Amino acid sequence: MQTLDEQIAEWRSHLSAGTTESDLEELESHLRDQVDDLAAVGLSDDEAFLIAVKRIGGADELSREYAREHSGRLWKQLLPPASRPDPGLGSALAIAAAAAVAVHLPRFAVDPAGDPLPMLRNVPVIVLAFLGLYFLVRRGPTVRTAIWTGIPFLIATLVLNLYPWDPDGQMVVISIPATTTVLWFTIGLPYMGGTWRDHERRMDFIRFTGEWFIYMVLIALGGGVLTGLTAVLLGEGLVEWLVISGAAGAVVVAAWLVESKQSVVENMAPVLTSVFTPLFAVLLVAASVDHLAGGFEFDRETLGIYDGLLVVVFGLVLYATSARDPERPPGWMDRIQLVAVGSALLLDGLVLGSMIARVGEFGLTPNRVTALTLNLVLLVNLVWAGWLGLRFVTGRTVFHRMERWQTTYLPVFGLWAATIAAVLPLLFDFA
Amino acid sequence: MQIEKDLVAASATPIVLAILAEGESYGYAILKRVRELSDGELEWTDGMLYPLLHRLDRLGYVTTEWRVPPQGRKRKYYAVTDIGAAALAEHRRQWAAVTRTLDGIWHQSRVAPQGAG
Repeated sequence: MQTLDEQIAEWRSHLSAGTTESDLEELESHLRDQVDDLAAVGLSDDEAFLIAVKRIGGADELSREYAREHSGRLWKQLLPPASRPDPGLGSALAIAAAAAVAVHLPRFAVDPAGDPLPMLRNVPVIVLAFLGLYFLVRRGPTVRTAIWTGIPFLIATLVLNLYPWDPDGQMVVISIPATTTVLWFTIGLPYMGGTWRDHERRMDFIRFTGEWFIYMVLIALGGGVLTGLTAVLLGEGLVEWLVISGAAGAVVVAAWLVESKQSVVENMAPVLTSVFTPLFAVLLVAASVDHLAGGFEFDRETLGIYDGLLVVVFGLVLYATSARDPERPPGWMDRIQLVAVGSALLLDGLVLGSMIARVGEFGLTPNRVTALTLNLVLLVNLVWAGWLGLRFVTGRTVFHRMERWQTTYLPVFGLWAATIAAVLPLLFDFA
Repeated sequence: MQIEKDLVAASATPIVLAILAEGESYGYAILKRVRELSDGELEWTDGMLYPLLHRLDRLGYVTTEWRVPPQGRKRKYYAVTDIGAAALAEHRRQWAAVTRTLDGIWHQSRVAPQGAG
């Protein structure tokens, strides 16, 4: 017959999915308290153990509950096998193949000798439509989700193809990344299973975005080698088709990889963040010192560069937030991040100040309005994130507030991109 | 009498916070206190308390500390924070509104049949 210790050890091993070592220790402490109390009223160890285990609840149910609570950090690989959805390689490959073919369709709709821009304009819409389809299929499609996902795609198609764009204007070029951004947020709806309101799911979507990006970079590296060899071995004629189809298919395949190979990237993201946050912090502090000492050249392109800078810092903050265990007390990484955010804000403040002061001199163009508004949208986000970060490292607030700020702010980016894509062209006469 | 599952789930957070507001405690003792306060009518699956405590920790409502009392085993102690106390006060307001409403209805419906009869 087993001793009590052996029984408890076995029970612990049944529970281990979804729980951490500390969780198990706490549960064991509880179990032993219960066994002691029951033994004190005359039950044998064996009887007491059975009753105590029964009271704690089923291992599956408990593991699932823990996995849900840990969902942010340890995510889906911790869900007990029964509730883990099938990764659906078949449907992913079919949809990726369809995307790879469909991406060439606009080519046939225009005169081959004519302007290639109408084709380029529609490529992101087509590719993202297939990504949306993939998530609709994966999550179990509902009519409501399908309709709400379809509407932005329809509007984007109409805007891109029916607005009387000036082919030489700035607006037509801006509209492509702007609609792509809007549609990326639209993908969030089927990704999150048809709800926009759940903040935890929004955080999952942020994580998905970052991990998808990492996979895309990895695939692009491999794809580059493949393309180079194809060009050498089979001639350059095939390369254009290969690259376009490959990139379109990769969008869906990368999404599938994120979904099914979660644990691989889960380990990579925090490492990348911890490597690059200090490096960027050093760069930003050096640049701030340099600029404050008076040596900075301001010209028309400066704002674009600083937008890029803010995007990178925002990306680091966002990714660090999504990868961090919210229960850990503030550490040196949080302080370094705060230094990075502070210096970025300082730099951006300098640039933005001179930009606004000289807007009359330069005049407002679509490019400048886009750069300026993007800058403001990011600035507001980072100012508040920096403030919350300061309160967090000084122990006056909890990390949850930072997460909540980022998930609350998410729709602002979508609305900004939608405005740039659909409203700004009207103001600038499509030029 | 067995209290319905949804009601148990909804009341779990304020109950745990209220117990911790009496003084810091650990899981097993919290559950004993729940049983004692509800005369055994509020039946929890014991294990479910721990994911809930995790959530409260994540939201910053409680602080945690592993400690070994002089006689006894290693336990994780929970204590309510200022944010937790504020959340408890909010829960309390909401529950007070619910019970006030129900009392009102039940008071009237008890009177009504008598008035009719």
